[in-house]
Amino acid sequence: MTRIPKAAFLIGALALAASACGSDDSSSSTTPAATGAATTAAPGGTSPGTTTGDAGTYPITVDAANGAVTLDAQPQRIVSLSPTATEMLFAIGAGDQVVAVDDQSNYPEEALAKSTTLSGYTPSAEAVSGYQPDLVVVADVTDGLDTQLATLDIPLWSGPAASDFGDVYTQIEQLGALTGHVAEAAALVGQMQADIEAATGGVVEREVPLTYYHELDNTLFSVTSNTFIGGVYGLFDLQNIADAVEGDTDYPQLSSEFIVSQNPDLIFLADADYGESAATVAARPGWSGLNAVTTGSIVPISADISSRWGPRVVDYVEDVGAAVAAYDAQVPAG
Amino acid sequence: MSKGAPVGHTWRWIAGALVVLAGAALVGLTFGPAGPPWYRVLLDLVDSLPGISVHAGIAPQQHDLIWQIRMPRVVLAALVGGALSMSGAAYQGVFRNPLVDPYLLGVAAGAGLGATLVYAARHGATSSWSVDPVVVAAFVGGLVAVALTYAAGTAFGIVRRSETLVLAGVAVVSFLTAIQTYVLQKNSQILRPVYSWILGQLVSATWGDVRLVLPYVTAAAVVLLLHGRLLDVLRVGDEEAASLGASVRRVRLTVVIAATVATAAVVSVSGLIGFVGIMVPHIVRLLAGGSYRRVLPLSLIGGAAFLILCDLAGRMVIRPAELPIGVVTAFLGAPFFLFVLHARTRRT
Repeated sequence: MTRIPKAAFLIGALALAASACGSDDSSSSTTPAATGAATTAAPGGTSPGTTTGDAGTYPITVDAANGAVTLDAQPQRIVSLSPTATEMLFAIGAGDQVVAVDDQSNYPEEALAKSTTLSGYTPSAEAVSGYQPDLVVVADVTDGLDTQLATLDIPLWSGPAASDFGDVYTQIEQLGALTGHVAEAAALVGQMQADIEAATGGVVEREVPLTYYHELDNTLFSVTSNTFIGGVYGLFDLQNIADAVEGDTDYPQLSSEFIVSQNPDLIFLADADYGESAATVAARPGWSGLNAVTTGSIVPISADISSRWGPRVVDYVEDVGAAVAAYDAQVPAG
Repeated sequence: MSKGAPVGHTWRWIAGALVVLAGAALVGLTFGPAGPPWYRVLLDLVDSLPGISVHAGIAPQQHDLIWQIRMPRVVLAALVGGALSMSGAAYQGVFRNPLVDPYLLGVAAGAGLGATLVYAARHGATSSWSVDPVVVAAFVGGLVAVALTYAAGTAFGIVRRSETLVLAGVAVVSFLTAIQTYVLQKNSQILRPVYSWILGQLVSATWGDVRLVLPYVTAAAVVLLLHGRLLDVLRVGDEEAASLGASVRRVRLTVVIAATVATAAVVSVSGLIGFVGIMVPHIVRLLAGGSYRRVLPLSLIGGAAFLILCDLAGRMVIRPAELPIGVVTAFLGAPFFLFVLHARTRRT
C-alpha cells in the first residue's frame, strides 16, 4: 500500500538534494562570464609591463623541485597557490602576469586584488583550470594535482619550503627565468644578499654565544637549527636551546621546565600574531626571572614572514639583528 | 518493520534506486566550478555514445576536464559512497547494532596511522611512483587493524562474541590513535597534510584511483550481496540462527572480511569520510524495510548517489574553493536524516 508513496518520497527527497546542488550550479553561469572578463583584461594589463627588455627566450626549461618545467612562451596567466611564490613573483616584476593567488597569499598589497578562495593545501585542478592558467605555481605538489594538471596541459612549478638561503635564491631565479624576468630576479637576489650581509656585519663575537628560544605556539613547539628559521639565527651565531632536545624532529615540543632551566637570552615569538607578547611570556609561571625577560629581549616575529621563504626574509634577518644589537647594548660582550 | 517484504518488490526498489543514481551521476558530471556550460557537457556526453555524433562545441582541454578530472571524481565518489554504505549496513547486521559504522573495528584508525607514517617518513615528492605509498599504507593499515581486533577479540572472548569483538575494536582504535598522535606530535610539519587526509578528499581523484579501488569494491559487493539472506537469519540472534542451521561464526567472519576490504580500499584513496556508513543504511531501512536482501543493494546504490551529490555540493558551494567532503556528508546528511526520521515516525 505504502510502497508507491515511499518510492516517490525517496526519489523526491533525492531530487530535493539534487536541486539544492542545482541551484548552486545555475549561478555557475557567472563563472565563464567572470573568466571571460579576466581574459579580456589580461592583455591590456600585461603588454606594457612585459616589454622590459629581458623578456627571456622561449621555450625555456627549468629544473624545479617537481622535475623539468618547460614553457613555450612567456606566461601571461599565472595562478599562484603559494604565498611565498606570490611574494617572489611580485618582487621580480611578474605581478602583472599573475591572474589569481590562493587564499593565503596576502602580500604584497597588489596581490590582494588577485586574491581568490583557491586553496594551496587542497587545490582543485578543475577550479584552477577555470582561470585558464598558462603556469601554476605551488609550494608542495599535493596528491594528484600534477597528474590532473598534466592531463590539461597546464605547466606546474613547485617551490617547496627552503632549507637554506641557497634554495630561496634558486627559486627566485627559476621564477625569473620562467616569467621572463631574469635580470630582475638576479637583481633581487643580489640585493637580498647585500642586505643580509649588511645586517649581519656588526655581529659582536662572544666567548659564550647568546642563546635563544623561537616559539611557534604557546604549547611551546619550537624549531631546531636544522630548519630554515634556525639558519636565520645561525647568521648571528646564536645558539638554539631546542637543539639539546633528543629526537629526529626539527620541530620539537619543549617543556616549560626545560626552557626555564636553559634560561635563553633572547625569545622570538612567532605566535605574536596569536596573542603572545612580552607581557604574556613574563606572566608565565617561573618565567619572570629569565634573562630574556629581565633584559626585555622578547621579540615578536610576524608569523607570515617567518613561515615563508620569500624576499621578506631580509626583514626577518634585520629584526633578529636589531634584537641582538639591543641585547649587546644592554649586556656588552666580554 | 516489514521483515517479510515480498522479494519481488525488491527489484522495483533497485530499479528506482538505479534511476536516482543515474540522475545523480549526470548532475555530478554536468556541473563544476569551471569548464563548459552544462548543456555543452550533456552534448559532449551524448557525442561519446557509440553511433551518435553531435557537435558539442567545446575545446579539447575542456573535453579532457570532463573526462579526465570530473568523471573519475564522480565515479570514485560513487564507489566510495556505495562501499561505505554497504559495509556499514553489513557491520550493522553482523553486530545487530544500528549505531555501528564501518570504522567500528579499526579500519579508519589503522588507515589513518598508515597514512600518517608515510607522510612522516617520506621526503620529497612521491607522485612519480606508480602507486601512491600513502594509499598502500592506508589500505594495509586498515586491514591490519581489523585483523588485530579480530585476533584480540577471539583470544579473550568466548561467550558473547560480538560484544567482545566490539570491545576489542575500541581498544585497538585507542591504541592506534595513540600511536598516530605520538607520530604527529613528533612531526608537527605534517599536521596539515594529515589533517586534510583525515577530512577526506575526492578532489584529487584520477582514473588510477578508480582502477585501484574497483576490484576490491566489486568483490566485496558480490560477497556481501550473497550474504543478505544469512544476515536476515542472524537478526534473530546467534543461538537462534545456529539452531536454524547457519554457521554464525563463518558468516560473521566472511561478512566482516568483505566489508573491511571494501572499506579499507575506499578509505585509502578518499580519506576518512564519516557518517555515510551509518546514515544511508538507516534511510534505506526507513524507506524500504529492514531485510538485508534489500538493505544491502539499496545501500550500495543509494550511498553512491548520496556521495556523488555531496561531492558536487563540496565543489560548488564555496567555489573555487573546496569544502572537505567529510564536512558536507555530515552537514547535509544529518539534517536530512532527521527529516526522514521525523517524516517516517509521524506516518507510523
